[in-house]
Parts: sequence; C-alpha cells; structure tokens
Amino acid sequence: MTIVETSLGLGGRLAALPPDWPGGYWWHWLVFVVIILIFVVVMVMAFIYMERRGLGRLQARLGPNRAGPFGILQPVADAIKVLLKEDIIPAKGDKLVHWLAPVVAFVPALMIFAVIPFQDGALLVDLNIGILYIVAISSVAALGVFMAGWASNNKFSLLGAMRDVAQVVSYEIPLILSIAGVVLVAGSLSMNKIVEAQSVPFILLQPLGFLIFFMAACAEVNRTPFDLLEAESEIVAGFHTEYSGMKFALFYLVEYTEVLALSAIITTLFLSGWRGPLLPPFLWFLIKVVAVFFLIFWVRSTIPRLRIDQVMAFAWKCLLPLALINLFITGLEIVALPDGLPWFLIFVNIAIMAVLILLWSRFFRLGGGRVEV
Amino acid sequence: MAIKTEPFVLNLGPVHPSTHGVFRMRTTLDGEVVVDMEPVFGYLHRGIEKLAEERTYTGVIPLTDRLDYLASMSNNLAYVLAVEKLAGTTVPERAEYLRVIMAELQRIASHLIAVGAFLNDCGAFMTPILYMIREREKILDLFDMVCGQRLTYNYMRVGGVSHDIPDEFLPALDKFVRRMPGFIDEYDRLLEKNEILLVRAKGVGILPKELAINISAGGPVLRGSGVKWDIRKADPYSVYDRFEFDIPTGTVGDCYDRYRVRIEEMRQSVRIIKQAMEQLPLGAVKSEVPHLIRPPVGEAYAHIEAPKGELGFYLVSDNSIAPYRCAIRAPSLINLTALRDMVRGWKVADAIATFGSIDICMGEVDR
Repeated sequence: MTIVETSLGLGGRLAALPPDWPGGYWWHWLVFVVIILIFVVVMVMAFIYMERRGLGRLQARLGPNRAGPFGILQPVADAIKVLLKEDIIPAKGDKLVHWLAPVVAFVPALMIFAVIPFQDGALLVDLNIGILYIVAISSVAALGVFMAGWASNNKFSLLGAMRDVAQVVSYEIPLILSIAGVVLVAGSLSMNKIVEAQSVPFILLQPLGFLIFFMAACAEVNRTPFDLLEAESEIVAGFHTEYSGMKFALFYLVEYTEVLALSAIITTLFLSGWRGPLLPPFLWFLIKVVAVFFLIFWVRSTIPRLRIDQVMAFAWKCLLPLALINLFITGLEIVALPDGLPWFLIFVNIAIMAVLILLWSRFFRLGGGRVEV
Repeated sequence: MAIKTEPFVLNLGPVHPSTHGVFRMRTTLDGEVVVDMEPVFGYLHRGIEKLAEERTYTGVIPLTDRLDYLASMSNNLAYVLAVEKLAGTTVPERAEYLRVIMAELQRIASHLIAVGAFLNDCGAFMTPILYMIREREKILDLFDMVCGQRLTYNYMRVGGVSHDIPDEFLPALDKFVRRMPGFIDEYDRLLEKNEILLVRAKGVGILPKELAINISAGGPVLRGSGVKWDIRKADPYSVYDRFEFDIPTGTVGDCYDRYRVRIEEMRQSVRIIKQAMEQLPLGAVKSEVPHLIRPPVGEAYAHIEAPKGELGFYLVSDNSIAPYRCAIRAPSLINLTALRDMVRGWKVADAIATFGSIDICMGEVDR
C-alpha cells in the first residue's frame, strides 16, 4: 500500500467517527475539556517556540537554541522561570482586581475553543450560534485587560488599558460585519456547518471579508501593527507592566491563546477548517492553524506600529465602510443566485476587492495628528 | 454631561525601553497628547571634561571614546585635531587618509544604529535594527583589525594614528565598500514605501529651518530641515577637500527627512571611502611627537562633522602636560534641546519616534 493510500485510509477512518463519540454526555464533556486544555497548552508552547525561532530566522539571528535540542525546551524553561518569580502587587493597587484580571482575561480566551471543530463533529458543543458565541465571549477579554490596567495603579498600565478598550470596541464592528458575510454564504452560524458549507474555501469567495477579518482580528488580539496596548517602545509593557510571576505568565498565555483561537477561527471560517485531501482532517486543521500563525508573526516582524489615532481612523474610515460594502455585495450575490454561488464568482469577488482596495488606498489617507496645545 | 479631564504627568524614563540610555522625558499628557515635555538629563554624567584636566594630552584620547560610544573614531578625531591645532603638529598624508576612512566607516556604523533604533521606536519589532547591526558588525570587524577593539577604539593619536593598517585590512575594506551600496539599497527597498512608516514619520516632529539654525543644531537633524551645512564642506579639516561628495538635505524637517538624510549620507560615506582607498599614499602613519606633549600657552577649537552633528573640542593650554580646560561641544545635547518644540501637540508615540529620529547618545549628552 502506498503512502497516499495509507493516509487516505487513515483520513477516512478518522473522519468517520461514530456520531456519539466519545460516548455519553459526561464522557463527551470530560474528553473534550481535556483535549482542549492539552491542545491549548501544547499549541501555545509550540507557538512560542515557533515564533521565537521564526522571528530569529526572519531577523537574521538564531533565536533560542540552548534548552534542549534546537531549543525546543525553551518554553518549558521560560514557564519554570516565570513560575518561580515573586508575585508582586503594587502597594497602592487594587489587590482583588489585580488578582482577578488575568483570570478574567484567560477564561474567555479558553472558552472560544468550545465551539472550534477540530474535525468533523469533533467539538465540545456544536452550538447552532457558534460564531455569535465566539464574538460575544472574545470581547470579555478586554475587560480583563482593563481591570489589569486599572488595578495596577500605574500610568503606563492605564494608558495601555485605555488604548485596548478603545481599539477592541472599534474593531469589533468590522470584525462582526466581515463574519456576517461568511454566515450569509454558509447559511448557518454553527462552526461545523460553516466548515461543511466550504466546498470552496471562503477565502476565495470572500477575499475582502478575509482581509478585513484578519486585520480586525489582529487588532482584537493586539498583534503588530496594532499592538498599541503593550507598545514596548512607548508605554513599556502596557497593561501588564506591574505583573510578575504566575499572573504575568497567565497574561502571556492569554496572548498566545488568543492568537491560537484567532488562527483556529480564521481556519474554520475562511480556510475550510478540517477539510482537505489525503491527510487526516485533524492534521489539516493543524496545518492551517500553523500557517495562519506564521502569517501573523511574519507581519509582526515586518512592519512598524501604528499610532492610536491612526488605528482608530483605520477602523472607522477604512475597515468599516469596506466591511459594509462587502456585506452588501455578498447579500446581492446571495439574492441573485439563490441556488449556491457559482465558481466564477471567485474572480468577480477578487476583482471587486482589488478595485475597492485601490479606491481606498487612493482616497484614504492616515495622517495628521497634531493638536494645538 | 461633560466629562472633566485634566492633564497628568508621565515620566518616560530614566529607565525606559526607548530612551536610548538614561534619559528622562517629563511629559505632561492630556490623554495621549503631549501637552508639555521637559527633558531631564544628567543621569550618566561622569565628569569627562573635568577628568581630562588630570590627564596628559594623549591620556585624554581614551576618555573621548566614552563620549559618543557609537562613534568613538569621530570623537578621537575631533580631539586629536584640537591638540594638533594647539601644538602645531603636522600629520603624515597616510594618517590623514586613514583617519578619513575610519571616520566615514564610523559614520556608516552610527547611522545604521540611528536608523535601526528609530524604526524600533516606531514599533518595528527589532527586525530593522538587527538587519542594521548585521552590517555594523562588518564595520566593527574592520575596526577590530586596525586597533584590536570593537567599541572603544583609542586609535587616533596626536600626529597620526596608533598603528598602520594590517595587510588584510584593505581587501576586507574593498569587499565591504563593494557590498555596502547593495545593502543600503536593500534597506531602502524594505522601508521607503512602507505605508505605516510613511504615516508615522512624514510630517511628524517637524523642526523648522529657522529653529534648527537658532538652536545651532547640526548633522542630519539640521540637514533634514533643509539647511545645506556640513563642516566637511564648510570648514574642511583633514583631507576632506580632496574628495567629491554631496550633502543630502531634506525639505520639511520631519522624522522622515532625517531618516532619508541618514540613508543618503551612508551612500556618500561609501563614496568618500572609495576615493580615499584609491588615493591612499604610502609612508609613515605618525609624525614625531614628544611622549609628553606640552603645547604652548593658548587655546584651540577644532570641530568635525561627527555622525550626530558638529562635534567640537575646545582646549586651553597652560604649557603643562595636561589641558588646562577641555570643553566639549556635544552635538547630541544641542540637537536634543529642540525636542520640546518638536513633540508638543503630538501623541506619545510620536514623541518617542521624534526622539529616536534625533539620534542621541546619552554618553555624549551627559558626558
């Protein structure tokens, strides 16, 4: 048997899990909670390793290579180090809120994974409003960040937290509007149904939606060029300036869990999730998640940071109108072609995206920013 | 209901990731807007001017290394020029050419760090500065060849330079000079059309021409504001009158102009090094000077175009073996005095970017 046939067979076997796998109600919960926890922790460690090594290569240096073979144990070493650090609470800080903030930030990031389909039907709960649930849950994380900024009693923290809230509130709108386009095409809010509807990955049918979602989501999880709330060169470490030890580690974990969730959501919404030829579905899911993550840290290593007013202007003057236009065009297409979208729409949509982006880059300018004082 | 707001004071520094050392910006912020800014410096004061009064004329040279530690060669050069003026020493031709080569290499190295650090301050995550450091390493290797040091060179001497160059230096320099323009083009391609860099740097932190002249700014800060002033042309020292090079200038005086001027100056420096290599004569590298130099009573001021601006040394001699007074005109300090006018009304992020675009070195500001 050739390798191709083996992997075909494997893929077939895994995809055909019995519908009640892995058993009764409580078994299902237990197994999936454990799977999600292990998946998140392992993937976060892998992401940290990949990002540090990858950034090293992109920046013409080696990256960490001391702990273990090829530095694979670097995240473990970091984790041990940070766990052994002293936990410091600012003297005039709000102790309870300071303690609660990392938890409030971490829990929603983890809860997103409840509706991410790792492969066909393999998810904790197949909510029929899956994507709506994600949108609702993910914005709670901003609360944790703001609590951290407030409780630290530090001006840098407060500045970072204010930036985060302003940014998250602004970018939520184009984010949701770009998701709405996907939902329209898929005809369902359930994450698993959205994947099932993607015989063509939605990145092709919704190219503009993908771009808007990617940028808005990067702003949501505070990755460059929207990493204003922890802008190292300006406000030191932003909201977690006053955090140390385990609580700092938790914020670090939140950051990467959110990025992992973002990669998983993009994979599910736009890259046809676990679907793919030859390889088993879970592997496809992983490959796509890692590819999206690579894109994210590639961007991080390449471009400088925007300023806060430019970030806002970008959300309201550029992403929001584009997202509305995208939603409108998608709606028109759905109404005009109720029996499913034909393949040539891919080219039409890409052409529309190119025209819109050209228009906006011609007429839309960030800049200004000086205030008379 | 109108929400009442009030400005608050935020201390950026003295220990802060992007103050390039221990500099403190006591900013008054209204939200994100910088209402007022007071630069506070002196955290790195080591009393170099006073220490110089206790040392022999030659013994002061290592102290000058510690001024602008990113451009030690230039500091050496400015100081020995002042002593030579005071003592009336002549310098052999070969030494003059070696000095020019070293000073121009140093200018490239310093500008690489300046551009990289500026982009770091703009929020590019370490990538530009590490690319710049990659090339700077090659310059440091060259310096390592001629004087055995990578940061504090102590290479120039009164009446010449300390050693002649080793045999492998010129081939290595030739290789570097041939490859460097390609690298500069690479940086240009990577950065020039970057939309985010443009919106962050264009029109930001404008230093008007008149103000730049009034505060006696120098170097890329002055030239970025559109003033065609370069001491290498205006008051040629060493053998700079024998080389052909242009003075790049900006137009508006914003962060982007200063950045462009630095990139162009690196190209011009490569040009000068090429010419100096072609013209490099043979001969001695150090004229006969007494071990303890006792210049006649008098005073001298020598200035050079250091990477960061006009670096001047003012020496007073009382015919003893140590300078009676050694005053340093540090370009970083003088360029820094414009910071408040440049950042008022801009956001915190702009204040940091503007500060980075001035390119200061705290070792020189505080002395």
